[in-house]
Amino acid sequence: MKKKSVCMLLVLSMALCILPGCGTKSSDTLTVFNYGEYIEPEMLEKFTAETGIKVNYEEATTPEEMYTKYTAGAISYDLLCTSDYMIKRLIDEGQAQEVDFSSMENYGNIDEKFWTLSQSFDPGNKYALPYFWGTVGILYNTKKVSKPVDSWDVLFDGEYAGQIIMQDSMRDSFMVALKYLGYSLNTTDEAQIREAAELLKSQKADVASYLVDEARDEIVAENAVMGVVYSGEAYLGHDFNNDLEYVIPKEGSNLWIDSWIVTSKCKNTEAAKKFLDFLCREDVANANFEFIYYSTPNKAVVDNMDEELRANTAVVPTDESIKGCEVYEALDADTTSLYNNLWKEIKSE
Amino acid sequence: MMGKALGKIYIVLVVLFMYAPIMVLIALSFNASKSRVIWGGFTLKWYRTLFESSAIISAIGTTLLLALLSAAIACIIGLTASLGIYAMKKRDYKIMLFFTNIPLLNADIVTGIALMLWFVKFMPLGFSSVLVAHVTFNIPYVILCILPKLETMDIRQFEAARDLGATSFYAFVKILIPDLMPGIFAGFFMAFTMSMDDFVITYFTKGPGVNTLSTLIYGEIRKGIKPEMYALSSLLFFIVLIMLIIVNISARDNKDKSDLAAY
Repeated sequence: MKKKSVCMLLVLSMALCILPGCGTKSSDTLTVFNYGEYIEPEMLEKFTAETGIKVNYEEATTPEEMYTKYTAGAISYDLLCTSDYMIKRLIDEGQAQEVDFSSMENYGNIDEKFWTLSQSFDPGNKYALPYFWGTVGILYNTKKVSKPVDSWDVLFDGEYAGQIIMQDSMRDSFMVALKYLGYSLNTTDEAQIREAAELLKSQKADVASYLVDEARDEIVAENAVMGVVYSGEAYLGHDFNNDLEYVIPKEGSNLWIDSWIVTSKCKNTEAAKKFLDFLCREDVANANFEFIYYSTPNKAVVDNMDEELRANTAVVPTDESIKGCEVYEALDADTTSLYNNLWKEIKSE
Repeated sequence: MMGKALGKIYIVLVVLFMYAPIMVLIALSFNASKSRVIWGGFTLKWYRTLFESSAIISAIGTTLLLALLSAAIACIIGLTASLGIYAMKKRDYKIMLFFTNIPLLNADIVTGIALMLWFVKFMPLGFSSVLVAHVTFNIPYVILCILPKLETMDIRQFEAARDLGATSFYAFVKILIPDLMPGIFAGFFMAFTMSMDDFVITYFTKGPGVNTLSTLIYGEIRKGIKPEMYALSSLLFFIVLIMLIIVNISARDNKDKSDLAAY
């Protein structure tokens, strides 16, 4: 009896070992990991039609989620699109492959300044290809706010008490206060961070609510006159309600870049490079831009935009307006726990 | 009199609490504006684009196929398991039931991660891994539905059939299966619903390119859920509503008939 069950177990484990054989991938398949709704779906079909390379496409919602799924090793992703600080973490951990972007046919379409900005998380531009970018700023209702809005000041001077929406995200809220006080948003100086926290505490009485995705809708519905939002949200808000304007405060703000990396697990680097090159091509980048409406680093697309769109600061921020902007850097463990504690104090007071 | 009025108000409030969110969803599915807070006029375009989206259609297909297959496989395994457990001695019976009940009470996320870790070692993540996962968490529900039916069944009929010369297989098909049918059906639908409902376990065990409705909607969260999803959810709501009405009417008809027969 016992022998029999041992035999059964052996057979079962053998069957399980054979199974992976069914799933061996042909060499011309790419497994791509991206944010949800972050590519025009037809472009994937187009890529396959043009190159014969199949795309296995997978979506996630947050960078942390991507990191967990990638490092779990359950699926061997070839290409990954994620946010700046997560790119840095992946590069630091040796999870990215060096790619010679300059040898790509459409390399010239990417605006020079984004290679420079990317240096903050990818020194030497060896790993990351900029895909979309944007800023954080103030979305306000021009009918309800009479004075010109060009500074974070309007969120703190109390004039619009009870009608302000702040981001319910630790880093973004601290960023607003730090920039308003004239500090770097990547500061690790405890005194500066505490000062920012004090400012946020004193502002809390004026804040209608701390929201994330709903912030835009609240302002569109005119339940609040202004709020801190991401530029992509701001563009959609303007679309729904023409009285809304977006501004990047003059003290500067956060600038984020989502980029592609080729993972160290990728074996078919030629195919991966073809995919990246394809994304940089003007018609493809334009189709993706019209699907997503975040700012594109593709200057061929920007040059061919119609005037009205190009004048929209949420879509195409001017060089002048992003002068004071910085890209988030990963914070060290001590600073992170200081942030966490102070944020808890702010929210619970 | 007063109490009756209060009772009615109470019922209205309960129904309102349950259905007001769904009403909002249905209203939004006809909203021409993509915004949740602006009424842009009446439109049916989301219902049209819904059926033009290959991603949504394939997700519906995957969800249904997964639910049907996993429920069917779980029924077969669950049925044989129930028969085995039923025939066990008291102590083994209790131990076995204890182990089959654990997955019911276990948090989905634990099951999901455990299955993922297991699959990583043995098989590529894809449709098949999700199917295995769904069968796994469906089996206890099937056993839970069939076992009580077995308990109340008169096993002597089966023994009589055997005495009269039926092979055990023949007796199984002719006696046991028809008697257990209500339990098997209940188990099947329970498993079907659980599979349709599941997000967490699917999320951890799915491979690239495989999407069920729940994982597809989750992917849309970052950029805002698209109005097509409101349309789809409204359709699902109405399909279930119509099915329930039909079931209720036919149940009433049957009752009328049996009432007649009783006369």
